[in-house]
Amino acid sequence: MEITNEIVERHGLKLEEYKTIQKLLKRDPNLLELGIFSAMWNEHCSYKSSRIHLKKLPVQGKKVIQGPGENAGVIDIGDDDAIVFKIESHNHPSYIEPYQGAATGVGGILRDVFTMGARPIALLNSIHFGSTTHPKTKSLLNGVVSGIGGYGNCIGIPTVAGETKFNETYNENILVNAMAVGLAKKDKIFYSKAKGLNKAVVYVGSKTGRDGIHGASMASAEFDENSEEKKPTVQVGDPFTEKLLLEACLELMKDDSIIAIQDMGAAGLTSSSVEMASKGSLGIELELDRVPCREDNMSPYEMMLSESQERMLIILEDGKENHARKIFEKWDLDFVIIGKTNNSKNLTLKYNNKIEGEIPVEILATKAPVYDRKWVKKKVIQKKIDIKQLKKIKLEDALIKILSSPNHSNKSWITDQYDQMVMCDTIQKSGSDSAIIRIHNTNKAIAVTVDSSANYCKSFPLTGGKQVVCENWRNLISVGANPIAITNCLNFGNPENKEVMGEFAECIQGIKEACEFLNFPVVSGNVSFYNGTNRKNIFPTPVIGGVGLIPDISKTLNHCFKKENNNILLIGKTFGHIEQSCFLKENFSISEGLPPEINLNNEKNNGETVLQLIRKNLVLSVHDVSSGGLLISLSEMSIGSNLGAKIYKPKKLANKFEYFFGEDQGRYVLEVEKANLDKVIKMLNDNEIYYENIGKTQVKNFEIESEFNIDVNDLFKINNQWYNNY
Amino acid sequence: MRSSVIVFPGSNCDRDIAVALEKMQFKNQMIWHKETSLPKTDLIVIPGGFSYGDYLRSGAIAGKSLIIDEVIKLAKNGCLILGICNGFQILTETGLLKGTLLRNKNLKFINKDVNIKVLNNKTQFTSKYKLNQVLKINIAHNEGNYFTDSKHLQELRNDNLIAFKYCDKKGNTNLDSNPNGALDNIAGIFNSKKNILGMMPHPERMIDKLISNDDGVNLFSSLLN
Amino acid sequence: MAKLFQLNLKKNKLKFSVTVTLKKDVLDPQGKVVENTLMSMGMVNLKSIRQGKFFEIEVDENDQKKAEEKVKMMCEKLLVNLIIEDYKISKLI
Repeated sequence: MEITNEIVERHGLKLEEYKTIQKLLKRDPNLLELGIFSAMWNEHCSYKSSRIHLKKLPVQGKKVIQGPGENAGVIDIGDDDAIVFKIESHNHPSYIEPYQGAATGVGGILRDVFTMGARPIALLNSIHFGSTTHPKTKSLLNGVVSGIGGYGNCIGIPTVAGETKFNETYNENILVNAMAVGLAKKDKIFYSKAKGLNKAVVYVGSKTGRDGIHGASMASAEFDENSEEKKPTVQVGDPFTEKLLLEACLELMKDDSIIAIQDMGAAGLTSSSVEMASKGSLGIELELDRVPCREDNMSPYEMMLSESQERMLIILEDGKENHARKIFEKWDLDFVIIGKTNNSKNLTLKYNNKIEGEIPVEILATKAPVYDRKWVKKKVIQKKIDIKQLKKIKLEDALIKILSSPNHSNKSWITDQYDQMVMCDTIQKSGSDSAIIRIHNTNKAIAVTVDSSANYCKSFPLTGGKQVVCENWRNLISVGANPIAITNCLNFGNPENKEVMGEFAECIQGIKEACEFLNFPVVSGNVSFYNGTNRKNIFPTPVIGGVGLIPDISKTLNHCFKKENNNILLIGKTFGHIEQSCFLKENFSISEGLPPEINLNNEKNNGETVLQLIRKNLVLSVHDVSSGGLLISLSEMSIGSNLGAKIYKPKKLANKFEYFFGEDQGRYVLEVEKANLDKVIKMLNDNEIYYENIGKTQVKNFEIESEFNIDVNDLFKINNQWYNNY
Repeated sequence: MRSSVIVFPGSNCDRDIAVALEKMQFKNQMIWHKETSLPKTDLIVIPGGFSYGDYLRSGAIAGKSLIIDEVIKLAKNGCLILGICNGFQILTETGLLKGTLLRNKNLKFINKDVNIKVLNNKTQFTSKYKLNQVLKINIAHNEGNYFTDSKHLQELRNDNLIAFKYCDKKGNTNLDSNPNGALDNIAGIFNSKKNILGMMPHPERMIDKLISNDDGVNLFSSLLN
Repeated sequence: MAKLFQLNLKKNKLKFSVTVTLKKDVLDPQGKVVENTLMSMGMVNLKSIRQGKFFEIEVDENDQKKAEEKVKMMCEKLLVNLIIEDYKISKLI
């Protein structure tokens, strides 16, 4: 078959890229080889547009065992325990088939984690939908939520935290990011680097079907009107088989049978075999006749590019075949030796004893094009919003409007559909600043959370990038955890557009600055470009997933008020930055201006001091101040506890809306018992922390001095109606 | 007291129940579903989860597994059997308990803490609870909507075979306190000999105050008696 | 009068069945588990099983063609997930 320009383009490759392939191979590829190049060289696998920027991120640290480049990142949490975690996007498949797209997204990220020898202990997600009035939003929301639940519940891993947001920017391109967190022993981490010659290459798991052929290429192309016809690429998840695969792999990992292991994710057999060979500077020869197939007459091309789920590739130590086979057969899974390693440094594909394709591994893995795409700095548009010029509203009405909005409503309609308790180590479920998971059989725990701030990133990507990292850090601090490291999922538009590329470059710069300052390295991540349709790109949406350590489980906190008549302290200075606030967006549909600036010094000092207060048992509840500002934080502390609060207005109040709804960063609200107040204040003064004593907790009523007084039960109802009425 | 937990492919609360049993001083062992015989045991637990992915009907495929014949045999000899969540579904599929578990009324998976009321505390499973005591126990299921025919329902009522009913904080059983549409708010039932208990709520999740509460502890301590 | 009305009603009813199955190349986890279980139960000649859904639909319409059109619309608008499923409409009595 002659490779025409049209065939090249249908594989998502540019003509110049094809010319490079010809040059590197010193001949024309055949169709199978072209397919393999398209799978390895697309954006999703090669990071060709993002690589030069990603290099800037801090990836090392005292607690980092493995940074980016493996299936997932690994951090040290002491006592020989390690946490393995990563976040990944499944945006495009979820828009086409929300249930299966979201489900296989969860399945894929779980495999990334247990491939490394970790038992998954928590799932998180960050899901973004279009406007709630868009005709597709409701069914997408339903499908995605049941898909996430369907997979996680069935496999028996608690889904403990997440965020759900609505914004018209996602009308034609939703975001579904799933994060998995696993627990391993430090000296039992498994990697994908092949070692040794003539070692058996084993295929385990489900059979290969025609699912998702070219799915990875799909994830790297913009949607157009015909995207709904790209149906055959949809993969169906089988959480039951994944559960078996998980148990079988962990059972085999108990001894030293495995040299290397890699899951077959995007671009399936192709990327897994190339990755293993390339990392080990070896060759791999596969006999494709042996690949377990679900359908008749599958061609080598289809086998190599299939994205059937729940499959793994393992390189086994000599003499371990029977032992390994027994384990997989016990779990009713396929186990077939499909090839061996050699020193050719080629990927050699045989079918019916004939070589159907042969490509030097190095070309596929390391010679993929790297683009320094044109990018422009965001034009920063200063615009100060003068509240006095806006229509007059009441403070109480503005609060109610925000609390009853889709983005700030209580999410229990969603979280009740997820098993949050299975494995019985969930100390804090979703709904607080971070979820807390006990490390099984120990006295320590980890805190986990995901965050994003797309509107901040849109209006000023550099600040936005910093802010997301800081908010994540704050959320870990608020429950009593030492922030350790993050994973990021970078959801952006078309990188060939220089504004989009600029948003990407500047967000990365922001993330880098914050991570470096806070000593909060990036250990894994994923880039998702081409989010958007017909030249309309989504808001830049980097999603940060953070993990922190709580050394003593008796010292965890949540955001709910604990007792009446306690002092309420606000940590950090309130300037009343109202631009880009949820207050202006929900009440006046204004989304102009710049986001609040980040002061990394204050951020660090405030956070570390709050953590000290928690560790010394001097505070009873902590909540960070984020989207919605002070008043939203306070009302959430009330709603969660059924206790009220009485808040005094500060004497020098420029504007009450700016004070109560401004989104200045680096702030926390603390609940302090009278007996501890002096100690707390001394510590705040010693550390030069700005604070205000803003009121007291009380029974039943949520009250702002000379403004309003509302029953907490009513606040609860206001906050809990939106989803049930949608 | 010796206990055996049956593990099916897709069981996922097997570790949780094992932890609970061991914490309560049971001598516990895990039994793989392909076994054809059971070691000596006083209590058999069929744990929660998604045996065989809940495919076809929840519990249906597990109900046909090799070990189940042995469980049925021991049940007839009076061995204590506890089925939780998917375990309850499996027990109804094998016929050891009558009735069936339909999809939740709202057609969604439900995970939350609910209140249930102890209706019979004169059994080996519930003797440490007070009659009509209200417990707060976690549920997590897609199919927990108990249904049975009117003749059996009458039998359940007459013979005091309803173990637990969903209720509100004060113990009222009504539509508002029924999370999944179960007939008569039924959350758990006994067989006629009261040596088998099937229940949708997860007592093994309620043995640790740090994680939840300890309302499940007395179920296990009743069994130890 | 009542009788006439009933008669009309009967005349205007057409009954169809719709069988929905996963498309040929789409993984059917449920079918696979059922198949394995039946095989292990000793059903030796079993070759393969695909699991699907079945609907019985009555349409208030006496023109068969029009009725079928309506059923087709119901399938494509709601009953069937065309991304992963196929369907077959058959006429019942």
